[in-house]
Amino acid sequence: MQAFPAVATIAQDVRNGGRSARSFTDDALARIDAHGEALGAFLHVDVDGARAHADEVDRRAAGGDDLPLAGVPIALKDNLCTNGVPTTCGSRILSRFIPPYDATVVARLRAAGAVIVAKTNLDEFAMGSSNENSAFGPVRNPWDLARAPGGSSGGSAAAVAAGLVPVALGSDTGGSIRQPAALTGTVGLKPTYGRVSRYGLVAFGSSLDQIGPLSRNVEDAARVLAVIAGGDPRDATCSNDPVPDVVAGLEDGVDGLRVGLPREYFDDAIGDGVKTLVRRAANRLATAGATLIDVSLPHTSYGIPAYYIVATSEASSNLSRYDGIHYGHRTKDAADLAETYERSRTEGFGAEVRRRIMLGTFALASGYYDAYYDRAMRVRTLIRRDFEEAFEQVDVILSPTSPTPAFKLGEKTSDPLEMYLADVLTVTANLAGVPGLVVPEGLCDHDGARLPVGVQLMGPLWSEARLLQVGRWLERTREEAISIPEGAAS
Amino acid sequence: MTTSDWELVIGIEVHVQLRTESKMFSPAPNAFGGEPNTRTDPYTLGLPGTLPVANRAAFGLAIRVGLAIDAELARYTTFDRKNYFYPDLPKGYQISQLDHPVVEHGKLPLASGKIIRINRAHLEEDAGKAMHEGGPHSVIDLNRAGIPLLEIVSEPDMRSSAEAVEYLTRLKLLLRYLEVSDCDMEKGSLRCDVNVSIRRSRTEPLGTRCEVKNLNSFKAVEKAIEFEFQRHQRCHAAGEPIVQATLLWDDDKEETRLMRTKEESADYRYFPDPDLPPHHVTETWIDDVRKTMPELPWMREARLAELPGITAYDAGVLIQDRSIADFFEAASVVAGDPKAVANWITGELFGLLREHGDDVRESGITVDGFGRLVALVKDGTVGAAGGKKVLAAMYGRPDADPRALIDELGLGQISDEGALREIVQRALDSNPKTVEDLKAGKKKAAGALVGWVMKETRGSANPGLVNKLIGELTR
Repeated sequence: MQAFPAVATIAQDVRNGGRSARSFTDDALARIDAHGEALGAFLHVDVDGARAHADEVDRRAAGGDDLPLAGVPIALKDNLCTNGVPTTCGSRILSRFIPPYDATVVARLRAAGAVIVAKTNLDEFAMGSSNENSAFGPVRNPWDLARAPGGSSGGSAAAVAAGLVPVALGSDTGGSIRQPAALTGTVGLKPTYGRVSRYGLVAFGSSLDQIGPLSRNVEDAARVLAVIAGGDPRDATCSNDPVPDVVAGLEDGVDGLRVGLPREYFDDAIGDGVKTLVRRAANRLATAGATLIDVSLPHTSYGIPAYYIVATSEASSNLSRYDGIHYGHRTKDAADLAETYERSRTEGFGAEVRRRIMLGTFALASGYYDAYYDRAMRVRTLIRRDFEEAFEQVDVILSPTSPTPAFKLGEKTSDPLEMYLADVLTVTANLAGVPGLVVPEGLCDHDGARLPVGVQLMGPLWSEARLLQVGRWLERTREEAISIPEGAAS
Repeated sequence: MTTSDWELVIGIEVHVQLRTESKMFSPAPNAFGGEPNTRTDPYTLGLPGTLPVANRAAFGLAIRVGLAIDAELARYTTFDRKNYFYPDLPKGYQISQLDHPVVEHGKLPLASGKIIRINRAHLEEDAGKAMHEGGPHSVIDLNRAGIPLLEIVSEPDMRSSAEAVEYLTRLKLLLRYLEVSDCDMEKGSLRCDVNVSIRRSRTEPLGTRCEVKNLNSFKAVEKAIEFEFQRHQRCHAAGEPIVQATLLWDDDKEETRLMRTKEESADYRYFPDPDLPPHHVTETWIDDVRKTMPELPWMREARLAELPGITAYDAGVLIQDRSIADFFEAASVVAGDPKAVANWITGELFGLLREHGDDVRESGITVDGFGRLVALVKDGTVGAAGGKKVLAAMYGRPDADPRALIDELGLGQISDEGALREIVQRALDSNPKTVEDLKAGKKKAAGALVGWVMKETRGSANPGLVNKLIGELTR
């Protein structure tokens, strides 16, 4: 299967009338129809809505509208609200929920001419690192269908990796865009907290959640970011500062760039195959005139405990609204109000979501608040300072994304703690609010399979343009091509 | 043990709905009533993915209150989530302010000069209404959900039910003056909970308190406090401990009943709302609000009482409604007689407003028309009775000219002494017997003569002048 053309090419074709938005949309729908089910990547395919919207884009393009994403088929993680289209969050409790409004990013994509073709599978309420926590079944990694694509944006990552759509949106609370991108050989960007409006993103950890693109190349991610980023009167945490041009400098070089290698991110827990490829990328940068600098982010090891307290505390409150009263799943025949709550929530939520609600409820309980939530927030400040100090010495930080390449489905489900540790290299960016970009560096042999490895670039707040530029350089100078894996078309 | 052996200690929490265009955290309209669930939006319904954005106007109103009670205004304020499950709370949490309320440490003076300290006033969002009207289902109306509330918490500074009611009355007056709320208890835009405890002397620490909710009138507040005062004393007398609890006032039975004890109350798991960054209240913002502050009602009361002829009582009545006080002051300038204007307002105008159920601003009676009418009565152009008819005719007609109406309605009063002298002379000539009685000292006889003149002039004779002329001509 051939990959879709670059986003800019699709949009130009549609604007010039060379090929219609409808044709690109039908192509994506056909690919999804042929391969989507084997991957488990989609929860809803909006065939009629997508075609109608594509026709409208064609009319607008013909009328001369300047649409930066004209006719670009896009899939959205199913925790982004879409007006009139089901939004389940991978949960039974929202299995029949149809939002009456569009998320801000959805409205911006539509206005820019993108065509939303499908909603992608995810860990329930974005809680997970393997996509095995979806109420509607796991997603499979196109590189090896016996393996997990990572999570929680596993459906978006698998769909892009398999070439079914050129780009998709995910959300990243502790690595949920970057880790699946790394495990599927795709590009994934978690913007700075506050760069993209969260309005219409179903909340998990409100102080950590960010929406970002997954794509097959860095430029596509930049073009999607340019459309979705920027202030929103509906999100008080979204910055109103103007968004710099993230596309213009993409082809710049790396001469003089200061690249930090944080020693805590290369410890024994990180697999050799992963380390080797990250070092390869670092050496290439050095050869091109960048300076490699050893840096320390000393509080990294506290990231996981702090993250799982902050995220679960916020989640325990955010998920209170699913009470069986106003919308969503309601139990049958409860005797009274308390039983309605208990049974609706027990039936509606999966095991991992219930576990996190209980963890968060405990952490916020009177008498425990200071020991858990308050302390975790202090750790968060220390981690933010680690980054601030590091960025006084370096322009970007280069690190692995995931300790290992894709693991097998079922491999980690028996031990939640082991699953949580899969996030050790990504949660710190969310705790500090800084942006992180994952770019595939190559393939490595792991556990009897040939699997992609993605490197992570992190930068200071609001440095997306720089990350994308360095990411583009790594992509341009990469020694191996990352094509559509053959397993995807089986 | 008699009542006087125990000191009653009262603190009050008041919730007022703020008069803003939109809700506290969303653009849905803030208005009373409406078809159920129509004044909502995705946020109000608690739909997934929606986010709160704080209403700047609500902050402005909270700052007004803070300035009026001479409070400390926080320069840095935050919102917190109060988590609990109830069907009228669609998000499963209420956004409130725990650690950094917008207003702290205020003061409200009573008439005696005693200061009731106000601990804090903080912004939060109202809940919806869950109604259990019998049958298998309960129904929920979320029109009220999300309306901005200011919760004003007093210190336990009140020592009698009368003080509690006075505090509430003055607070309500202040809030209405500030135009932050209409404070209508029937519509629920002002609600209060009282905390009651007792102790043997003021040097003792505070006793265990009980909070009473569901108080729908100031009368209910008074009765509930008295009920609790007696109940607490009975507990002490019987050697029973007072259990810290939340009670509900039953207005029909005139008693409190247990809602929940402290042990049964929820752990609200407060934490800072991550969706709302801290708000910085700047000096410029405070100064802007300060420029819009009206004169406080008690300042105005003192000033009005200094006007010629105005008693403390008059002033107290006139300031109860800011628009009436404004009307009074402006009409006094037109009429040149504050006392007469006050009498016409509290007598005739209030009667008309009550009859029509209007605010003075909706009555169509203008300051200028009203002031001129009072002047026309004063100079005898129209009598008091005629003046009332003219005022009634002016209702709903802002263009009406009182002078023209007097003529139109034929209410002009004969104050021409020459003309009246002639009529009075005829009255004397026609009633020689009555004149004799009058001269013999029967004061009542004068009344009959006045009556004759009034009949003759169809009530338009200036009665003062008639009396004077009768006196002169029978001397």
